[in-house]
Amino acid sequence: MSEKLLFDRIDEPGLATLAVYERRGGYESLKRALKMPREEVLQNLLDSGLRGRGGAGFAMGKKVSFLPRGAIDKYLVCNADESEPGTFKDRELMQKSPHMLVEGMIIAAYAAGANRSFVYIRGEYRQQAEILDRAIAEAAAACYLGERILGSDHTLSLVLHRGAGAYICGEETGLLDSLEGKRGNPRLKPPFPANQGLYQGPTLINNVETLATVPTIIRMGGAEYAKLGTETSTGTKLVSVSGNVQRPGNYEIELGVPSREIIYGLAGGPERGRDVKLWFPGGSSSPVLTRDDLDLPYDFDSMAKAGSMLGSGAIIVVDDSVAVVDVALKLAKFYRHESCGKCTPCREGTNWTVKMLQRIESGEATPMDLDIIASVQDQIMGNCLCVLGDAMAMPIASMVAKFRGEFEQHIERRREQLGLGVPTAPTPLEAAGAFAEAGS
Amino acid sequence: MSALSGGRGSELAGDVARYGHGSRIPGWDDACDLTKDPAGIPDPALTPVPAELRARIEAAMSRYPDFRSAAIPALHAAQELHGWCSPEAIEQVACVMRLTPAYLTAVATFYDMLETKPVGRDTVYVCTNISCSLRGADKLYAAMQEAAGDDPELNVRAFECLGACDIAPMASVNGAYVGPLELADAGRIVAQLRAGEDVLPDKQLLRRACADPGAAGSDAAATVGTDSVDPGAPTLFDDESQDPSA
Repeated sequence: MSEKLLFDRIDEPGLATLAVYERRGGYESLKRALKMPREEVLQNLLDSGLRGRGGAGFAMGKKVSFLPRGAIDKYLVCNADESEPGTFKDRELMQKSPHMLVEGMIIAAYAAGANRSFVYIRGEYRQQAEILDRAIAEAAAACYLGERILGSDHTLSLVLHRGAGAYICGEETGLLDSLEGKRGNPRLKPPFPANQGLYQGPTLINNVETLATVPTIIRMGGAEYAKLGTETSTGTKLVSVSGNVQRPGNYEIELGVPSREIIYGLAGGPERGRDVKLWFPGGSSSPVLTRDDLDLPYDFDSMAKAGSMLGSGAIIVVDDSVAVVDVALKLAKFYRHESCGKCTPCREGTNWTVKMLQRIESGEATPMDLDIIASVQDQIMGNCLCVLGDAMAMPIASMVAKFRGEFEQHIERRREQLGLGVPTAPTPLEAAGAFAEAGS
Repeated sequence: MSALSGGRGSELAGDVARYGHGSRIPGWDDACDLTKDPAGIPDPALTPVPAELRARIEAAMSRYPDFRSAAIPALHAAQELHGWCSPEAIEQVACVMRLTPAYLTAVATFYDMLETKPVGRDTVYVCTNISCSLRGADKLYAAMQEAAGDDPELNVRAFECLGACDIAPMASVNGAYVGPLELADAGRIVAQLRAGEDVLPDKQLLRRACADPGAAGSDAAATVGTDSVDPGAPTLFDDESQDPSA
């Protein structure tokens, strides 16, 4: 298996303290980075090919380079909201090795020329926030934070900000609004946060894992780091495996390993006698894959090619004992709850998708409802300020497309149970098709 | 019946309260007096604010370039003191922060952890999202509700993904994550909360070791095969006596 960069001896007692972290070579990367010119640090990030670990997979170095140069107030925000269902890697990282994140943030802020930084941690992570807060205080006491860090010209403040429970605040612009003390409604893009973010200033926003990887990149050198993984998905990645597997948990893998090795090799696969029915490769927002896709290499491009995405690296495995309708309904309800309500397609689309799925659940639906569900998802996609609506539309649409037979069977079985009988011919589905043809 | 459906009762788990026309905006149909002006910023002379709360809010305000950023920390602090974001609590925060109560109410109603109705002192969030549901969270939530009964001191809620799917099904008890839980644990949690004890010390997330067998050290990494190491329910305290949370 691959080298452990983030999870190397992560359970060592006291790693959350400065003393142990420093004894293990902590903050050496910072000292090294501060001796380099900013451009060289940035070049290392670019060379590393590190792609954002939060979900979008955008190249981190490129994101840093988008920030305008010059002596203006710039901000670095670490997105520790981690509320994508199935994702729990940042939690383990912050809880066990908080200094790795702090060090990464100081280096990233140096590369970006930011002098104020914030960690937006989800409100539910109270224990992790306490640990991280202690680590920040320790780092500040050791002069790793503050004015002219270690005698360089780099000045940085770091404030831990606790959220209060809202999935949408993991979306970068929603997060910024929330950090500014408002309701966490996403903003229209452009302007992108790199130009106008927090307090209208240029802002770099990165996920916890992305920032925690930065010290490793400086230690190894960007080009050396890029040798890990595949050509376009470099490095190692923390994957959170959960659901119907025997050993759920976080695993650090080198990008590009076969998915089967993660799900079966590391996480133990479903229980004996069960088989994988579907799996989410990158959190609940990613289009589902089936057991036929298990041999795909686990990296950004392979997942995209298979019509899904690597997302946050959260693999949720659903075995064949579970009805796909239940999974769809559970997810749709979640997105309905979390939609901030700003954009109509998302607010109404999530609500009506739940209603239609409930109809299917209760047997009051006809197969036509499946087409309507699919068309609603289609109309949500790309029509909102942020991707929360898309985050529901993608998995639901893929479930309806890949498991249509099961949905139809479910409808028929429930209708039978209720004594409603089979829908008479021509089915509403055919009627809809005929109408569409006549209309065109 | 599959693990997810868990009976019709699960319909309610994680569901949002909705009004007749489908809106979930609280107070959309509250009567309001249109002849009255909206409440302004409270007068400091007429609004007594506990000194400790004032200090906490002012400390929070001083940490940000824009004082408004302290809205959530301030409401957290007020909720800790008052038990919920009561009109009185909002008034006090508004007075210190020099904001209108309407602004803060808008913020408080947006976030799940800020309570806009009176609730019990002890919070138990049971995660009922996908990964936990696949492992029986809906039944756990029902058991939790049953164990809590109508105790006004307990605030048992179904919550969206709490970010601890590795210990599914799980719950957050006053902010402490515990899992994987069995149905019988519901009764234990309630009993321990009532007795003021540490909740399920053997199932706390903080004491759980990393699942990745390679994380133990570089030597172990070499031996990782398909089934070589079973971190089934690893705990840090098998051979180490140090408590990382201490």
